[in-house]
Amino acid sequence: MNIIIAGDGKVGLSLTQKLSEEGHDLTLIDSNQKVLDSSVERYDVMGVQGNCASMRVLESADVRRADLLIAATSADEVNLLCCMTAQGLNPRLHTIARIRNPEYGKQIFTMRDVYKLSLIVNPEKQAAREIERLIKYPGFLQRDTFARSRVEIVELRVDEESILKNVALHELDNVIHCKVLVCAVSREGVAEIPDGNFVIREGDRLFVTAPAENLTLLLKHMGVIRKKAKRAIICGGGRIGYYLAEQLSRHGLTVQLIERDESRCIELAERLPGVYVIHGDASSQDLLNSEGVDKCDALVTMTSLDEMNMIISLYGKKCGARQIITKVGHTDNNSIYDNLGIGSLICPKELCCNNIVRYVRAMQKSEGAALTVHTIAEGQAEALEFLVDGQTMHAEEPLKNIRTKKNVLIACISHGSKTAIPSGESVFRRGDTVIVVAKGGMRLLQLNDIFE
Amino acid sequence: MNYKIMGKFISQILIVEAVFMLPALFISLFDGDGDAVTGFFAAIAASGGFALLLRLLCRNSMRRFYAREGMVCVCLSWVVMSIMGCLPFWVSREIPHFVDALFEIVSGFTTTGASVLSDVEALSGGMLYWRSFSHWLGGMGVLVFLLALAPSGEHASGFTMHLLRAESPGPNVSKLVPKMKTTARILYVIYVFLTVLDIGFLLAGGMSIFEAVCTAFGTAGTGGFGIKNDSIAGYSPYLQNVCTVFMLLFGVNFSCFYMLLLRQIRAVFADEELRMYLGMVFGSILLISLNLRGFYGTVGETVRHAAFQVASIVTTTGFATTDFDLWPAFSKGILFALMLLGACAGSTGGGLKCGRALLLIKNLCRNMRRLLNPRRVEAVRINGNVIGETVLDNTNTYLAAYAAILLVSFLLVSVDGLSMTTNLSAVVACFNNIGPGFEAVGPTCNFSCFSYFSKGVLILDMLAGRLEIFPLLILASRSTWRHR
Repeated sequence: MNIIIAGDGKVGLSLTQKLSEEGHDLTLIDSNQKVLDSSVERYDVMGVQGNCASMRVLESADVRRADLLIAATSADEVNLLCCMTAQGLNPRLHTIARIRNPEYGKQIFTMRDVYKLSLIVNPEKQAAREIERLIKYPGFLQRDTFARSRVEIVELRVDEESILKNVALHELDNVIHCKVLVCAVSREGVAEIPDGNFVIREGDRLFVTAPAENLTLLLKHMGVIRKKAKRAIICGGGRIGYYLAEQLSRHGLTVQLIERDESRCIELAERLPGVYVIHGDASSQDLLNSEGVDKCDALVTMTSLDEMNMIISLYGKKCGARQIITKVGHTDNNSIYDNLGIGSLICPKELCCNNIVRYVRAMQKSEGAALTVHTIAEGQAEALEFLVDGQTMHAEEPLKNIRTKKNVLIACISHGSKTAIPSGESVFRRGDTVIVVAKGGMRLLQLNDIFE
Repeated sequence: MNYKIMGKFISQILIVEAVFMLPALFISLFDGDGDAVTGFFAAIAASGGFALLLRLLCRNSMRRFYAREGMVCVCLSWVVMSIMGCLPFWVSREIPHFVDALFEIVSGFTTTGASVLSDVEALSGGMLYWRSFSHWLGGMGVLVFLLALAPSGEHASGFTMHLLRAESPGPNVSKLVPKMKTTARILYVIYVFLTVLDIGFLLAGGMSIFEAVCTAFGTAGTGGFGIKNDSIAGYSPYLQNVCTVFMLLFGVNFSCFYMLLLRQIRAVFADEELRMYLGMVFGSILLISLNLRGFYGTVGETVRHAAFQVASIVTTTGFATTDFDLWPAFSKGILFALMLLGACAGSTGGGLKCGRALLLIKNLCRNMRRLLNPRRVEAVRINGNVIGETVLDNTNTYLAAYAAILLVSFLLVSVDGLSMTTNLSAVVACFNNIGPGFEAVGPTCNFSCFSYFSKGVLILDMLAGRLEIFPLLILASRSTWRHR
């Protein structure tokens, strides 16, 4: 597909990487020539320098032959104008705009219809929703749902007291007394697809697939108490902080929001009744102590500095905060973060990109393409959901007779409303959905690609 | 430095070369020429074997690939390709000395067209074909060909940009469409189409198929190897005019043809570089025709010869219909100036390139104005687009390197004791990938008068000219090979 990406910032770059790996024809528009040059050097894309809302620039990016425009510049208004102008030049164009100003937050769907946009993404709001989900179900670092929410992939970290420590995977069922599948393990920043002889060590991050009801059992047998969270401390009153505080307090949690800038505090207090807005420096341990960081159910750090967030989260861990969620802007340093053991990491940029990539894949609609795609372990592995259709090979054959490629795992088979972790005897039939976990960079475009 | 991925690239290039030698082998087989068959067979076996060896050594290469790998890879591949390409001449003893054979094939691949042979017609058919075909392959670049063939996804990352930049001529190389592979394919489709068209016109003028194909290859790559001792002079005026027109066409930036396909006709004719190129061509034809009054029988003949020589020199082809060395000094002066300037960027021609000259002139004018008015801030524009300071900077550096190489080569070649004009024009003709120069290397003469040392210098000049100097300089630089 011909895709134009307007705005070569963090999200733009991440999208460029993902979409060019999938083989699309990409044209980037940015006003900064230097940024463009570095992208053109690294990826097989074309760059056009200029204002993406100007017709001349859009024309030179060949908008008339494009299939999709993604506007992700730093200004919402430019994104909107860019999409509308491009739509005017090419009526069959799909447009995706990034809109992040909370003032537009409530009218996103109306805006989408009025301006004929295909999709509006709001990375901050999405991140806030993700964090909220994690707080509501503590124990997991990440969770992704498949097959209309019947299957989940969750991420959990094996710490010192965990009963999973030093357990080989084929003994796992006896330890936790329920059927789950470990589909990927990230050890010291390197992801692998494990086999039965793999022994879990302390510090590993496990990616576990199971039907939703089994996960509840897993938590129970692992001894993680699922107590409802009552009090959350949010450090940093940026856009995500605002969305999160609003949603958590609506669900009845006590929210303490710490923000350094006084006028921002006043603004937040005006817009968030019921939230304790606290003016102060979240990196000050005195302040955190006085806000009761040791007894809080969730500590969410989302100041603008990754380093600051790390420090606060580490302090929170030392004090004994029950759940810690840290926002990071860059995913490059993940191998370092892994060793810190500070709980969940949320990267708004990645969430937003995954969302857009999913839309692009759905647009392709080619026979047998993946229904949903989730990247796990920082993009080192992917979980893909496929529909078994007439073209699929090896249908009705027991899995033990099928040879799949290395580093590919069939994690789950959903047949009608029944979801099962497959064994050697399992088969998939036409109409089933199959979830496949594969190491990144394998280019699985359809289900048949996984077979030898 | 990622040697393995470079080895992989070079092995692919050798395979392409071996495949392209097959037609020449068949021609030799058809002619029943035993020595030539042995020569081609040896060359195909050698490149195939070397390619397999490289492939074996360079399994599981990493994908790390940066600008330095791109430059070195392009340069090495040209060197290896030339060595393999000269084997048929050398093994078959048709060109007995190795340096002569290497000179001949480097002259072919770099589309120079300078020959060391005094009697071209003595070569066998297969050899003549291979000589002309090397022009065609070298004209657009064998790496570009490889990129066009590559399976999708294999070279998906941006590093292919480094390859294109190192192999395509011009100050500001850019892609036509987002994907490198599609760009490479478009370039080759235009190239093949124009070549076939040329063959068609030549056939219509009564050439034999073999002659038409070889001449068209020489024209398309703006090379200049003829298959007759008198180059194009023996052909009819119609055939000479066809050659004139096609030489000029192949000297145009290929993105202009692409824009024509997209029906952006106005943008094509507003292109400043194209205007400069056409203006230069027609101005030179006019001036030379005036200068040559009374030199030939009729006005028509005068204009025909003037146009042919101007087209041949400005596009750096190097065909000849007449001995322009006998022309008056003013006409020779114009031709010499055209030798230095060359064709458009992004064409198959060599030289400094019109686009680069345009940049240099504009930058010069701007800096002059800045002397008068030091606080004035001004951007250099081409076709209304602002040209970045880095591009200007690179162009200035290019000019410096260009001058330095000309000077050093001139000094080195002078050791042989030939006349000043011969030495200077030989260096200029090789470095700008033209072919014939003046006096002892004029259109009716050849390069056999030089010593093997000088021929070596000229071989390097030809490579430097085709690869736009820097890749070759980088190959010789110590910091390239330092471990990193």
